[in-house]
Amino acid sequence: MKNYFQHLLPRIVLAPSFFVILIFVYGFIIYTGYLSLTDSRMLPTYEYMGFGNYTKLFGLRHWKIAVNNLAIFGILYIVICTVIGLLLAIFLDQKIRGEGFLRPIFLYPMALSFIVTGTAWKWFLDPGIGLEHIMHQWGWESFEFRWIKDRTFAIYTVVIAAVWQSSGFVMAMFLAGLRGIDGEIMKAAQIDGASGFKIYRRIIIPMLRPAFLSAFVILAHLSIKAYDLVIALTNGGPGRATEVPATFMYAYTFSRNQMGVGATSAIIMLIMIFSIIIPYLYSELRSENQS
Amino acid sequence: MVNKYFVKGVAASLVLSFGATQAIADDVEVLHWWTSGGEAAAVGVLKDDLEGKGIGWKDMPIAGGGGDAAMTTLKARVTAGNAPTAVQMLGYAIQDWGDQGKLANLNDLAASEGWDAVVPSALQAFSKHNGDWVAAPVNVHSTNWVWISKSALDATGGNAPSTWEELVSVLDSMKANGITPLAHGGQAWQDATIFDGVALSLGNGFYKSALIDLNEDALGGPLMVEAFNRMETLRSYVDDNFSGRDWNLASAMVINGEAGMQMMGDWAKGEFLKAGQKPGSDFVCIRFPGTQGSVTFNSDQFAMFSGSGSSAAQEAMASSVMNPVFQSAFNVVKGSVPARTDVPDMMFDHCGKKGMADLAAANAAGSLFGSMAHGHTVRPAIQSAIVDVVSAHFNGEFSAEEAAEEMVAAVAAAR
Repeated sequence: MKNYFQHLLPRIVLAPSFFVILIFVYGFIIYTGYLSLTDSRMLPTYEYMGFGNYTKLFGLRHWKIAVNNLAIFGILYIVICTVIGLLLAIFLDQKIRGEGFLRPIFLYPMALSFIVTGTAWKWFLDPGIGLEHIMHQWGWESFEFRWIKDRTFAIYTVVIAAVWQSSGFVMAMFLAGLRGIDGEIMKAAQIDGASGFKIYRRIIIPMLRPAFLSAFVILAHLSIKAYDLVIALTNGGPGRATEVPATFMYAYTFSRNQMGVGATSAIIMLIMIFSIIIPYLYSELRSENQS
Repeated sequence: MVNKYFVKGVAASLVLSFGATQAIADDVEVLHWWTSGGEAAAVGVLKDDLEGKGIGWKDMPIAGGGGDAAMTTLKARVTAGNAPTAVQMLGYAIQDWGDQGKLANLNDLAASEGWDAVVPSALQAFSKHNGDWVAAPVNVHSTNWVWISKSALDATGGNAPSTWEELVSVLDSMKANGITPLAHGGQAWQDATIFDGVALSLGNGFYKSALIDLNEDALGGPLMVEAFNRMETLRSYVDDNFSGRDWNLASAMVINGEAGMQMMGDWAKGEFLKAGQKPGSDFVCIRFPGTQGSVTFNSDQFAMFSGSGSSAAQEAMASSVMNPVFQSAFNVVKGSVPARTDVPDMMFDHCGKKGMADLAAANAAGSLFGSMAHGHTVRPAIQSAIVDVVSAHFNGEFSAEEAAEEMVAAVAAAR
């Protein structure tokens, strides 16, 4: 009897969260998928209308701007965060003094929410009160940095704020990877006469492949669901110059009474995330099987 | 032992939460977004009135100007089957909820109090759904106002402009005097508020046919190009740091002399009054040049949800809202004008009196139109498509010709 109960206990404990996730995550994904095939406006309606919302979505200039911004933001965010994170990790890994002091400094931005980051950077980048204003007060009258007010450059300020927030986290991931590398390998390479740069390029960085993969997946999905940062920093503006798919989805579903189009954009975002996660899971599972 | 307390606690909180969702028969639960100082005071007037009738007030304020957040909350509550008794609503939101069949019918009350005779007909179009009264209008805001700093205007040596050309020359001399001529905040709805005035200044016929009837010839025609040209002209008088600025900060620029004028709805008056400025002597209120005699309005209304709370309490609340004494007291505080045309204007200041007279005249002359910027011309899906184009053009994404073409395409796509 006791044995039977012990056997059952883990299932009983897991069952509620399993069902909650089943309904509130997967159930609602299916529900959203269905809504995207209906003519829902203010409230959900259940009349099937086929793929009309999808053709409508891809005809919308607003959506094209959002996807375009996501491409700019996503690529720069992932690449810059990875490069800065890797460099910081390598420098911190040189057994320097005060590492315990420096590491949390780089990691702290991650402890802030994107709303705080966005608001702080909004003030900092605002030409009227921020960096430009201070430079003018210090006497550098010709200094000009007004990207956040510029339609073509505003999206890059989102990149700056996001990179500031996340590169410390990426650094921590790479640092953990570096610490996991056997020191003997480096010593062996040094004995063979390899320079420091060569050791990193040929040996260390290739060995960090799992860390690269994890960093990529985390940064990629953060960039696709970027919402709070954009809302706090630019609120999609100037005009709609920094609109991204997540802000588009919210606006169309909840304030513009175009729930069908909003649900469609949510499904497209889901497909984007799947297209990143599934290859990752696949490669993870495959390497597990091999070992 | 611990378990026993736990169970008791859970039971107690369950009872409490059930108790909380079931309003007592004669309470009204009111969802609104009047949370800022003056607005909250204005709501207090209504609350006291109802308490005098023995009806309790359950306040449900959702902050956020324009009511986006409040409308999102409302959708969630209605979907969950727990609609509030009364909800502050704007324009087409009332029609949308009417289409869903969720609103209570106020015909009996309206007939016995004679609302049809005193509410302007352009307003009735929003308060009625399929001919039935479903909402009680609280106020009328109008958007085609310009608020000019008296000292900045005097410095130009001219009078308040009454035509587009005069406006441009006043703006030019303000620029020459070294101030920002036009205080503006780069948010889509503010761009659209200016567009209301600009479009209306090109003629009532154009405004109606383009923005209300969505006539394609007007939407993409030469007058639309001219409207966008005028928007570009106005853009050149705005400082470079305008994007994202809140409207009240733009008002503050006029108040403290940094800027010459602001084109904004009459809620801006509250900011001037709060700063201790006097209409006429410290600031001047005029209709957008070229739109004298016409009014673009938006109106806050209270719609009642059927099946939530007793209909007696709902009728009592609607009746309080339509009471001329309340309409006067509320609108003096709020900066808007009463939604009925028979309210005496002696409590109002100079600008308020002008607003009331303009409203009555426009109603009589058939030149009272809903405001496009504030969702009183067409359904939200199309309205937001129009606002997108206006805002994108104001921020330099399109030329005037492209914007007019885009207008036709955007409206067609949103239909």
